[in-house]
Amino acid sequence: MIDAVCQGRPMHDREDDPVLEVRGLSTTFDLRTGPLHAVRDASFTVRRGRTLCIVGESGSGKSVAARSILRIVPSPGRIEAGRILLHGVDRTTDLATLDARSPAMRAIRGARISMIFQEPMSSLSPVHRIGNQIAESLQLHTALDKPARRARVIELLRQVEIPEPEEAVDRYPFEYSGGMRQRAMIAMALACEPDVLIADEPTTALDVTTQAEILDLIARLQADRGMGVMFITHDMGVVAEIADEVCVMFRGEVVESGPVDGIFHAAKHPYTRMLIGSAAKLENRAAAKPPAPGADAPPILVVECLSKRFRAKKGLFGRRAVVTDAVRDASLTLRRGETLGVVGESGSGKTTLGRMVLRVIEPSGGRATYFDAAGTAVELTALDRKGLRRLYGEMRMIFQDPMSSLNPRMTVEQVIGEPLRNDGWRQRAIQDRVAELLDLVGLPVDVMERYPHAFSGGQRQRIGIARALAPEPRLIVADEATSALDVSLRAQVLDLLLDIQRRMDLSFLFISHDISVIRYFCDRVAVMRKGEIVELGPVDRVCEAPEHPYTRALLSAVPRPDPRARRLGARHRYVEEVAS
Amino acid sequence: MSAQHEAAARDEHDWSVEAWRPAPDQRTAASATASQWRLMWWKFRRHRLAMVSGVVVIVIYLLALFADFVAPVDPNLTSTRHTYAPPQSIGLFVDGAWLPHVNGYKVEIDPIAVRRTFVEDPEKIVPIGLFVRSEPYEFLGLFTLHTRLIGPLEPGQPFYLLGADRLGRDVLSRILHGARVSMSIGLVGVAVSLGLGVLLGGISGYHGGWVDDAVQRLIELLKAIPTIPLWMGLAAAIPATWSPLTVYFAITVLISLIGWTSLAREVRGRFLSMKSEDFVTAARLDRASELRVIMRHMAPSFVSHIIATLTLAIPAMILAETALSFLGIGLRAPVVSWGVLLQEAQNVRAVATAPWLLTPGLAVVIAVLSLNFLGDGLRDAADPYAD
Repeated sequence: MIDAVCQGRPMHDREDDPVLEVRGLSTTFDLRTGPLHAVRDASFTVRRGRTLCIVGESGSGKSVAARSILRIVPSPGRIEAGRILLHGVDRTTDLATLDARSPAMRAIRGARISMIFQEPMSSLSPVHRIGNQIAESLQLHTALDKPARRARVIELLRQVEIPEPEEAVDRYPFEYSGGMRQRAMIAMALACEPDVLIADEPTTALDVTTQAEILDLIARLQADRGMGVMFITHDMGVVAEIADEVCVMFRGEVVESGPVDGIFHAAKHPYTRMLIGSAAKLENRAAAKPPAPGADAPPILVVECLSKRFRAKKGLFGRRAVVTDAVRDASLTLRRGETLGVVGESGSGKTTLGRMVLRVIEPSGGRATYFDAAGTAVELTALDRKGLRRLYGEMRMIFQDPMSSLNPRMTVEQVIGEPLRNDGWRQRAIQDRVAELLDLVGLPVDVMERYPHAFSGGQRQRIGIARALAPEPRLIVADEATSALDVSLRAQVLDLLLDIQRRMDLSFLFISHDISVIRYFCDRVAVMRKGEIVELGPVDRVCEAPEHPYTRALLSAVPRPDPRARRLGARHRYVEEVAS
Repeated sequence: MSAQHEAAARDEHDWSVEAWRPAPDQRTAASATASQWRLMWWKFRRHRLAMVSGVVVIVIYLLALFADFVAPVDPNLTSTRHTYAPPQSIGLFVDGAWLPHVNGYKVEIDPIAVRRTFVEDPEKIVPIGLFVRSEPYEFLGLFTLHTRLIGPLEPGQPFYLLGADRLGRDVLSRILHGARVSMSIGLVGVAVSLGLGVLLGGISGYHGGWVDDAVQRLIELLKAIPTIPLWMGLAAAIPATWSPLTVYFAITVLISLIGWTSLAREVRGRFLSMKSEDFVTAARLDRASELRVIMRHMAPSFVSHIIATLTLAIPAMILAETALSFLGIGLRAPVVSWGVLLQEAQNVRAVATAPWLLTPGLAVVIAVLSLNFLGDGLRDAADPYAD
């Protein structure tokens, strides 16, 4: 019945038939500075019922390739050469020859090829109900009348596992969580039973457990309908979990493609090997990791029952107070020379916890005590401004976003030298120390005069690390220090931190959402969920034999970069108790 | 090269992202070390219209500053023989010989309307030149000069490039002198607004809480009062005995009383958004004092925005002055401003017989438009790190 309502859908096809073939595609952006070849001579094939993963790091041209297929390349981009063949039941259309705004192209978009984007919030309109947004593509591409469309939308929402679809259909995007929005986007993309689904990093903005469910959902819907899926991602773990075929892109070119097993276990191109290597490296504890200090090592930071409660006033004249417990009774001990990881999904309170230790966010309850080099206890939560400022030389922070944490209006020398300057150092001495620090983080000394805008993300993060190290700290709170970096850089930056830790006797409170980074870098880990620490223990023990069911669910949702050992199929789901 | 060789070379290659992707601005060595202001200048230069407008604005201010020298005659010099004299055109040759000149006037009586009209008289040649001798005048009140940029070679001859008004005064000279008052009232008014706006907006944004609430409600209150009646009321309270200069300052203060509100909002918004920026938190953790956090870390990133907002506020001030003076409640003769000049053009009969009396309006339009374009360009360039 559904087949009948959507036009242009071929009746019955054999599995494995190519449904979309891209041959020699080149897309160029004519910039002021000259042509930028975003995609060069790329060829790949999407087969019915199969998943093709396009993998590459940022700037590799993978998104532009996808947009070229749908002919939605943003100006001034244009397709320079190549064919994009969409195979139908009786004829084949070359999308590259169609006018991007022609009715023929519009009839294909959304009906035969549809796309899901990375940001589910910005790709849904905030002012329309979810149901109406999904119904729109039905209205455009089918002859269904209004009640029939609504019934179909409810059916679609049920298929993408949105609870109570009859009510959910009339809600607005802001009433949905991130994962539900992405489900709604998928429902929208599937509304007309497309032959090809293009998913452009659909799970990058989501938590790992939500990601696992979305991947699951796409796989199941694909099996039901026999769609071809083109899945774009930078995450080798995701590739290993879902791909049938893989196509590796580097600087706009396809450097290697083939079946997933061959790519992972017999890669020919060094770039592919490097990508897989960096992902696999993070599967284990770092080889260079110094042995964890024993339980008898003196503590450097003791956190007892630290809590943060946010109050927001809502309603007319703010009469209704809404209370959010960002962190509830968090207690942990960081020993000297130890690296303690804090892992959790978004909203788990891990960032708030880290910032409360430094009093960037004022705690609403509990205690944090710092032990200085002489072993004297300093109660952080009772310090005044002056006392805090004195300690800020020994306790430092590394930020997540290397773009926003460096003042764009100061040179590298000024940025790194700022803590020294405020400590009363002379200009000459600052310069020498900055040169030393730049050398330590692996940047050439002659970059001192430059401004942050002249550096790439990884280099900026190194500058941020140099700034943190400048006053010779003893404790560093690293808040998602590697999350904004590409996978090849992530391991490099972690290795740099390990190297520095060995040389400088540092203790880290290392906050991350990424369990593999934690496993690589940390001695012990605290798992946070909804503001509470649910489990705390040595990394190996927590990763091998998690005690709390949530930790088990979290760990089993992490994709493993090995197609021979797929994990998501047998993953453990954490069912929330209905209380609270 | 053999295939094996190539493969070996490929393996040695550094395949990490850093190795091949140029950083956003590493194209030229110059941009890597370019400060915020240089980047802004590069971005601003690409905005053609703003560049041209910038030049026009500079020219207008220079003309206003050197009005004594540039204007052909004293703006208050009356000539009963030339009331409502039409504009003259400049000729360059007489009988094929090089002689820059304007033509004199002859009077014709319209027999029906029984009215004097001026017609250019091709017989009367008034030779003109650059850097001519003139009546002595005080230049900017500093020293006495005997030379003007342009004028008739023989002082006292009729020379009205933009015509004359009801009392035979030269409109061009009056516009040039009017520019002084009209353009500077914008600057002074904006300066007063700046002080109030940055102070109150800064406190409001930085302190937050009830202070923020109080300042915001005050702004809303001020914005809710209709401006023209407010000005009229306040202007009516200015004693008629005050000297023109005092009135000028009183008017400026009145105008900027409203003008600071939008600036304060701008500053507050910047403060609020920047307070939560990571690099400000980083500065605190770098043990910077509160004053240093504000002055060294926060201020540089919104000063450029404030300059742009200021440039956009000047035209509003100019228009306010013009409107007030035009209504007769702002500046009054003998002060010469564009609004005062336009008062002459209030009556229809005057405009019908002497349309050149509207030329001060043209000056207002040019000044306001070019300031607006300039402000747009500055605003676009204000954040050079946006893309």
